[in-house]
Amino acid sequence: MAPTDNPPEPFGIDYAPAPESTAVVNIADTYGHFINGAFVEPSSGATFPTVNPATEAHLADVADGSAEDVDRAVAAARTAFEGPWGQMSGSERGRYMFRIARQLQERSREFAVLETMDGGKPIRESRDLDLPLSAAWFFYYAGWADKLEYAFPNRAVAPHGVAGQIVPWNFPLMMAAWKLAPALAAGNTVVLKPAETTPLTALLLADVLLDIDLPPGVVNIVTGAGATGAAIVDHRGIDKLAFTGSTEVGKAIQRAASTRRIPLTLELGGKAAHIVFEDSAVDQAVEAVVTGIYSNQGHVCCAGSRLLVEESIADQFVERLRHRISMLRLGDPLDKNTDVGAINSADQLQCITDMVATGVAEGADLYQPECDLPDKGYWFPPSVFTGVQQSHTVAREEIFGPVLTVQTFRTAEEAVEKANNTPYGLSAGIWTEKGSKILWMTEKLRAGVVWANTYNRFDPASPFGGYKESGFGREGGMHGLAPYLHERTGVTGGGA
Amino acid sequence: MTGSTVFLPTTGGGPVSTTPVDAVSLEARAAALCTRSIKTTSKQAALHTTIRCIDLTTLEGTDTPGKVASLCQKAIRPDPANPAIPSVAAVCVYPEMVEHAVEAVVGTGVIVASVAGAFPAGMSAPAVRVADIADAVGRGAGEIDIVLNRSAFLSGDLGRAHDEIAAAKDTCGAAHLKVILETGELGSYDQVRRASMLAMAAGADFIKTSTGKLPRAATHPMVLNMAEAIRDYADQTGVVVGLKGAGGIRTAKQAWHHLVIVGETLGTDWLTPDLFRLGASSLLNDVLMQIQKLDTGRYSGPDYVTVD
Repeated sequence: MAPTDNPPEPFGIDYAPAPESTAVVNIADTYGHFINGAFVEPSSGATFPTVNPATEAHLADVADGSAEDVDRAVAAARTAFEGPWGQMSGSERGRYMFRIARQLQERSREFAVLETMDGGKPIRESRDLDLPLSAAWFFYYAGWADKLEYAFPNRAVAPHGVAGQIVPWNFPLMMAAWKLAPALAAGNTVVLKPAETTPLTALLLADVLLDIDLPPGVVNIVTGAGATGAAIVDHRGIDKLAFTGSTEVGKAIQRAASTRRIPLTLELGGKAAHIVFEDSAVDQAVEAVVTGIYSNQGHVCCAGSRLLVEESIADQFVERLRHRISMLRLGDPLDKNTDVGAINSADQLQCITDMVATGVAEGADLYQPECDLPDKGYWFPPSVFTGVQQSHTVAREEIFGPVLTVQTFRTAEEAVEKANNTPYGLSAGIWTEKGSKILWMTEKLRAGVVWANTYNRFDPASPFGGYKESGFGREGGMHGLAPYLHERTGVTGGGA
Repeated sequence: MTGSTVFLPTTGGGPVSTTPVDAVSLEARAAALCTRSIKTTSKQAALHTTIRCIDLTTLEGTDTPGKVASLCQKAIRPDPANPAIPSVAAVCVYPEMVEHAVEAVVGTGVIVASVAGAFPAGMSAPAVRVADIADAVGRGAGEIDIVLNRSAFLSGDLGRAHDEIAAAKDTCGAAHLKVILETGELGSYDQVRRASMLAMAAGADFIKTSTGKLPRAATHPMVLNMAEAIRDYADQTGVVVGLKGAGGIRTAKQAWHHLVIVGETLGTDWLTPDLFRLGASSLLNDVLMQIQKLDTGRYSGPDYVTVD
């Protein structure tokens, strides 16, 4: 730009585009499965496409895993478990895991951009949340690999063997990291299936595993949809199953797994209550409620989807909430200033659209800010339902989209009663400046995680998981190691 | 709201109340706003808006008429080589320098602001503080920057802290009153929030972070906290109060993130010199260098902007 006599426009908050460059990623035309340390063609030759949900652009064709492919992956994992990985010392396993963590940090921009392209989430989130947490999970569990005897003192523990892990599309790499890290630290080998709409970062992780010379077969990645997942669940060579995803699929997995003795952990849906008292730090509570439901377009199992606000401040709070929502920037997920990205898939968009229509039909009041939705891709505006009753479908069922329901309460008892009145029990949030009220509430709330004066805060040292139909088992912390180990009998010696 | 402090605005109307502040979440929100990526046309606009909102400041015991004349020239014409660069909003000086500054800026639109009221501690008798303010106004200052009486505020004598500001406002007449909270001395975001409401209820036209004499001054979370207090006050009373960040703002990037914070909290209506100021001395040259970079594609260096 040359100097000009015309002053520029006044500074506004409709910022100029600031797109992250996609030059850093290199997407292949087709991907095979990653089995025994190499990419291999699917046995059937079948593939399926993965698209960018923000543009509907075709990104790659990915192998569709058959029972035969799963069988090859399990066999490779078994060989690695009985071979190098099983015989390796804990400290040596830890060294591989530290290498993975460092590679994720070094290649974080590449992973973040790819995650955003394949899944539609804002680059700000994949860059500032998904990637740092994925690396942190490997760092944390790498530290446990040679300290299992301290995690489980006076108990002789051993890995199960081959773990089958099925992860969802909302945090594709991060969920893979949450599953892989404790499994590997404990000494298991893995067959991992990423979700069918978001397989690319798991496949890029395979590239990292090759770079760091992880022994072949320790981690195998089979791509595919529900049938592939079922093949893993049903495979008799799998010694431990872990699943994160919908409650519906989780129930099916538990039914299938119940036909044989196999340890299982499930991290399923949620319908979290986010409870705001009148004595809270109101501006920060508004912010937490907004990020608690609209980050990652509400595709978060622990999203604070039900706002319960004390009736005495409800009107002012909702007004402030609406204003804040009107400031959210929806659009190109690769733009560094985007707050709300694309819905992950056409199917999910349909689910959200149907649920919101049900909410309107049942009489709740819908608010959506004015915002231009892009022409291509899958988009849904941030939405708030007020006038919601406990009996409304939108207050009962998980929507897994950017939709908040608002209810009021008069007393702390009423807040607890409404919060617990759900088949789910994954998470809850409390906003009050009164410490004793926080302690009282956390005792009463039937939720695996209760956040007080914060929301959606994760740390690898902190266990995460649900009650009731939100699943069982914990991920994170020492608690997250336990599901990947069993107690040995008849052997001497301590650690793994 | 429970446990909050309530103030009665001197301008009339019902009581206004404060809300607690959660420090961790406030800082997280400010950090998130500071990841806003300001590029190309937005950066150009931000840099010009920053200049238009600067209170170019010299508050040294060594200030002289000559130094102030030089500062005023810089304020009027920040970059002699580029006529498109606007003047800053105001120059900010000690009362003794006000007449020299007024003489230098007359007819240019640049305002002369003066600190007063026993700046920077405010530890003088109320009558002395008022006399100091009256003197600065009499010398021609269009804006008066005073400090909150932190001694009164922290000892719980909110009445005195309030009344001194109200008296200052009366003394100012047509001059605008900016009240400096000296955030670095108040100890918590809660106290800053409360002091903000007190100052606004007492009649401040602007609330201002700091004197510039202390560290931990105009940080991004602090400015966010005060912007939220201003929004609160406007919601409760309809009265619109300005915000001035001062102390520690040295780079263009810091400045445009202050614009982002104010713009996304209070709205772009606030991003004018009437309602937003940045008190600074070295900031202006960094902004000028950034503009040169945008114009030419190259960084020049500190020898290509004038020191004052």
